[in-house]
Order: sequence, then structure tokens, then C-alpha cells
Amino acid sequence: MADPFLSIQNVKKSFGNVAVVKDFNLDVGAGEFVSFLGPSGCGKTTMLRIVAGFEEPSAGKVLIGGKDVTGLKPNQRNIGMVFQAYALFPNLTVAQNIGFGLKVAGMPKAEAQARIDEMLGIIKLPDFGDRYPYQLSGGQQQRIALARALAPKPKLLLLDEPLSALDAKVRISLREEIRSIQKKLGITTIFVTHDQEEALSMSDRIVVMNEGRADQTGTPFEIYNRPSTKFVANFVGTLNVLEGTISDAASGTVKINAEEIGLKGKLNGSKSGDTLSLALRPEAISLGRKAGNDSNLTGQIADVHFLGSVIRVRVGVGQNVVSLDTFNSPSSPPPVVGQKTEISFSSGDVLVLH
Amino acid sequence: MKTSRFWAWLVFVVGAAYFFIPLIATFEFSLRMRRGVYSFDAYRVVLGDARFQETFAYSVTVAVFTILLGVFLVVPTAYWIRLRMPQLRPIVEFITLLPLVIPAIVIVFGYIRMYGSNSPLPFLGSARGTDALLVIGYATLALPYMYRAVDTGLRTIDVRTLTEAAQILGAGWTTIIARVILPNVLIAVLSGAFLTFAIVIGEFTLASLLNRPAFGPYLQNIGANRAYEPAALAVIAFAITWGCMSVIQILARFAPKSANRPN
Ligand SMILES: Nc1ncnc2c1ncn2[C@@H]1O[C@H](COP(=O)(O)OP(=O)(O)O)[C@@H](O)[C@H]1O
Ligand SMILES: [Mg+2]
Repeated sequence: MADPFLSIQNVKKSFGNVAVVKDFNLDVGAGEFVSFLGPSGCGKTTMLRIVAGFEEPSAGKVLIGGKDVTGLKPNQRNIGMVFQAYALFPNLTVAQNIGFGLKVAGMPKAEAQARIDEMLGIIKLPDFGDRYPYQLSGGQQQRIALARALAPKPKLLLLDEPLSALDAKVRISLREEIRSIQKKLGITTIFVTHDQEEALSMSDRIVVMNEGRADQTGTPFEIYNRPSTKFVANFVGTLNVLEGTISDAASGTVKINAEEIGLKGKLNGSKSGDTLSLALRPEAISLGRKAGNDSNLTGQIADVHFLGSVIRVRVGVGQNVVSLDTFNSPSSPPPVVGQKTEISFSSGDVLVLH
Repeated sequence: MKTSRFWAWLVFVVGAAYFFIPLIATFEFSLRMRRGVYSFDAYRVVLGDARFQETFAYSVTVAVFTILLGVFLVVPTAYWIRLRMPQLRPIVEFITLLPLVIPAIVIVFGYIRMYGSNSPLPFLGSARGTDALLVIGYATLALPYMYRAVDTGLRTIDVRTLTEAAQILGAGWTTIIARVILPNVLIAVLSGAFLTFAIVIGEFTLASLLNRPAFGPYLQNIGANRAYEPAALAVIAFAITWGCMSVIQILARFAPKSANRPN
């Protein structure tokens, strides 16, 4: 990246002799929305807290706007942060909460009041200024927390699983709201989550983290469709894995059960006789033969879930079971369990996991 | 079922009688100063006594300073231990319990040896210095109650996250303690303060051995030399203590509702 706004360079962090972040590198452009996605305990929060200044990295540095901030205290970094537990000050009203950072910065009262009103408008809670946090729902509290973080016009916004304490419906609407406020203000944002759907739907780019490392960094499209490691492929989205053996490395032929498919150009460096795992997204597999799909396998219907507009079918292929989705069509009945069938897919959609 | 209830009531009645009969008897006796009729003469004499007013005012002043010292000492300490050094908690809890185990007389003899007029720190060389020492001694005696009250208050809020939320908004330590921590544990601090008040008002040993004109030694002096007034004083002292307890109870109702923790 030519001129990153936030640059995390070779950051490592150990607690005692446990390495929690292992050589983390990332450049974030101004105005970009980047998610840290990974399972619980992989070091997302720790990395975010290093950016905020709550933890000191064991090695490496953090640059904001080209300036090395590694040695700065959190209150010197001009960062906004939203916590999973809301962390509103229970003794202060909503307006006082939003105005906290402004007061600390010594902003004149009238100006601060105007900014508080503006923020209440942005989060669409204009009449809530006089309430106390305990009088608000979780979703409302988290919006106030967002307004409080943004009121002092920080250069960088950090969110640590801000939606995971909320119920499903609120979570989805707040997801969209956070993203639209972020776009409107153009603020550089890092969003930590363990929810792949959240990361995929909100982010410009996603960093998939695994045991303290950034396994893959890319757009949601890249992460979902071209996962670079087995971990990323498994963690993001549903994945069908077929075990195969290379029967002829030169021509790219792979044997699955008794059938062969061609995967020319995808086997980089594997030899004949090697076993490998082939992964396919449910949406890449069709029931029956289909024009444009160059690979076919035979199987037996194991399970049919009628979900309304979509029917999720599980097909047994030798030892493996694959899930695929077909659209419901009122004129043709859904497949029947036990029926023999063929599945087809394009060899271009196959992910070879090493 | 029925018998167990009977025994429960019996224990309750015996306990209550054990507690209330001496109190009622004292009160009844305090009303008998004037021959043949009940009157509040003893109270009039006590409350009108200049020595009562002086010693009471002195002890109230000492109590106020003790509370201030206790708050300045305990709130930041308890806060810091919760925030940064939870591993020190058992040690600090043990230290704060020591005043319950070590008699006040041991403390005061220690003071007299350490801070005499010939020592490098001659606190006892002047009246003000002795007052200061008395306040410090009382703060020590009140430590178990103050520390526990504040620590319990801190438990009801998410100290770490609130601190971090304030820090990232630009606040320094003074702002965090004054605007975020203290207001949220205020009720707890106040209940610690009233317990401290109750202890200081009636304390005898320290004040007597340091020879300060406090309320405790005055109570003792009256008790040794008069008949009806000590009973009246005992009832007054009880009323003050109970007043403090009721204030704590009332304050507890106003404790801020914590909306910190997600559900
Ligand atoms: N202050 C700390 N002291 C010791 N270990 C810690 C500390 N903070 C986090 N850890 C450990 O570091 C690992 C990563 O934690 P965290 O960054 O919170 O993960 P995530 O946010 O991805 O769930 C966990 O195993 C956790 O126990
Ligand atoms: Mg976390």
C-alpha cells in the first residue's frame, strides 16, 4: 500500500512465555474498514489492544498517520474505541457520556452541546440525551458507545466484538448502521469479530487470524472464494471436502472413489499417488449434470432439508458427504432420500487444500 | 415443622430480650434524675455541659479528617489493586484486617515510642501533631471497614473496561478516579465513612492515652463520677450509632444501577 494510514509492522506479543501474537503485519488505508476475523482466543483482542495502546508489543511497531505511536499512552493516540460490554459510564447521562471526551479535551460547553446533539442525530437517538445507561436496551447502549467514541473526531475507530452481546435481529440492523456511519464519516476502522457473516458483509478487507498470525488478508470475495489455507477455507463459510488421490500428476487427473476428474494446473508440485483434500462451496455444486460443469461424480441422496426458496441436499459420494443448495421450483418435486444421483461442478471452482 | 418454628421464635425472643432489656433499663434509669417522676433532666444536664459540646465537636472534627484520610488512602489503593495487581488482594486484605486483631493499646504504645518529642518524627511534641497522629491511628482502626466497603463497591462495576473507556477518550488518572470511579462507588464510600464516624465518636483508648479532649474519654469520665448522666449519654451514643446505620441503609437504596455488563 502506497501510503497506509495505519501500519502494523512485525508486531509480536507474549504473555509470560505464551506467544499470543506472532509476527503480525498489516497496512490499512485511510477510510478503510478492516475486520480481524478468527476463532476465540486467536489473539484478535490482544492485537487491537496493542493498536489502542493498552498493551505494549513485545516487538515491532505501530504507526498511525506515518507517526510511530508504539510508545504513546492510550489517551495520547486520538483513537475511538467501542467495547463488547458497552462500558458506558453508569453515573452519567447519555449526553454526558457522549460529551466525556469533549470535556476532557476542554471543548467549550456550547460547542460540546452542539457536537453531542449532532452525534445523537447520527445514531438516530435524538431524544435520549437525558436518560441513564440502565434505562436503555443493549442495542441503544452500543449506539451511544459508538457516538461517544466518535464525538471527539478520532482518526481511527476500533471495535472489539461490539455486536456479540446483542440478539440476532439487533445485531444485523446495527451491523448495517455501523457500516453506513463509518462510510459517511470516512473513518479508518478496525472491527474485531469471530462471526464470519459479520466480517464478510461489513468489511472492505478481512484479516483472518489463526493462532496469533494473519493467515490471509483480502477482500471478502477473495477470502471466501480463494482461501489460501485450509484453516481459512474451513473457518469462512461452509465447505465440502472430498478426499482424493492423484492418479496422474502430469495430466492433472485425480481419482475420487472410482471416478476421475481433471484438475489441470491446480496440483502445483504434487506427485502421482499423493492424497489431497479438495474443497467445494455448496453453491458451486449442482445436482445432476449441468452445462459448463466439466466434472461429474455419482452419489446417493442422504438428506433433504426444505428451507423454502432453497433446498439444501446432502449427497453421499463414497466416504464423503457433500452439501449443495438447489432452488425450489414449484413444478418439480424435491429429490428423494436414497435416490441415486449425479453431482457436477466446474473444476475451476475446486479449492485444493494443502 | 411447628416445633422448629417455635424454637426459632424462642431464640429470636431471647436474643431480642438480651439486647433490648439493658437498653430499655438504661433508658428508664436515665429518666429518673428528678425524684418521683420521669424527666429528661439528665439529658438537659448532659447536652448543656460545655465539656460535652467541646469533646463532641472535637471528635466530630477528628472523624471528618479520618474519613478524608481513609478515602484518599483506600479508594486509589483498592482501585489499583482491582485494576492492576489482583494477585496482591489477599495480602492487602490481610493487612487491612490487622487492626481487628492488634489491640488499639498496642498501636498507641508503639506511637508513643516512635513519635515521642525526642524522636526524629516528634508528632507528640505538639497538640496539632498529636491530633494528626490520632487521625492516622483512627484511619488505621477504620481500615477494615473502609477497605471492605470500597472494595465491595468496586465489585459492582467493571473497573477495567470503564477505566479503559475513559483512557481512550483522553482522560488521565485524576479524571478517571474523580469522574468515573469515585461517583460509581460513592455510596460504598459513604457507608464506609459512616462506619468510620461511629468508630471515632466512641473510641477511648487512643484518645485517652494520647491525652486528647475527645468524646470517648469524656464518656468514661462522666461514667465514673455521675449517676444518671452516663445512662443518658449511653442512650445518646446509641442513637448516634443507629442514626449512622440507618443513613447507610437509606443510601444503599440510591446505589447507581449498573448497566455495564451485557446480559
Ligand atoms: N493479560 C493477559 N495475560 C495472559 N494471557 C492473556 C492476556 N490477555 C490475553 N491472554 C491470552 O491470549 C490469548 C488471546 O486472547 P485474545 O486476544 O483475547 O483472543 P481473542 O480476542 O481472539 O478471543 C488467549 O489465550 C488469552 O488467554
Ligand atoms: Mg476478544
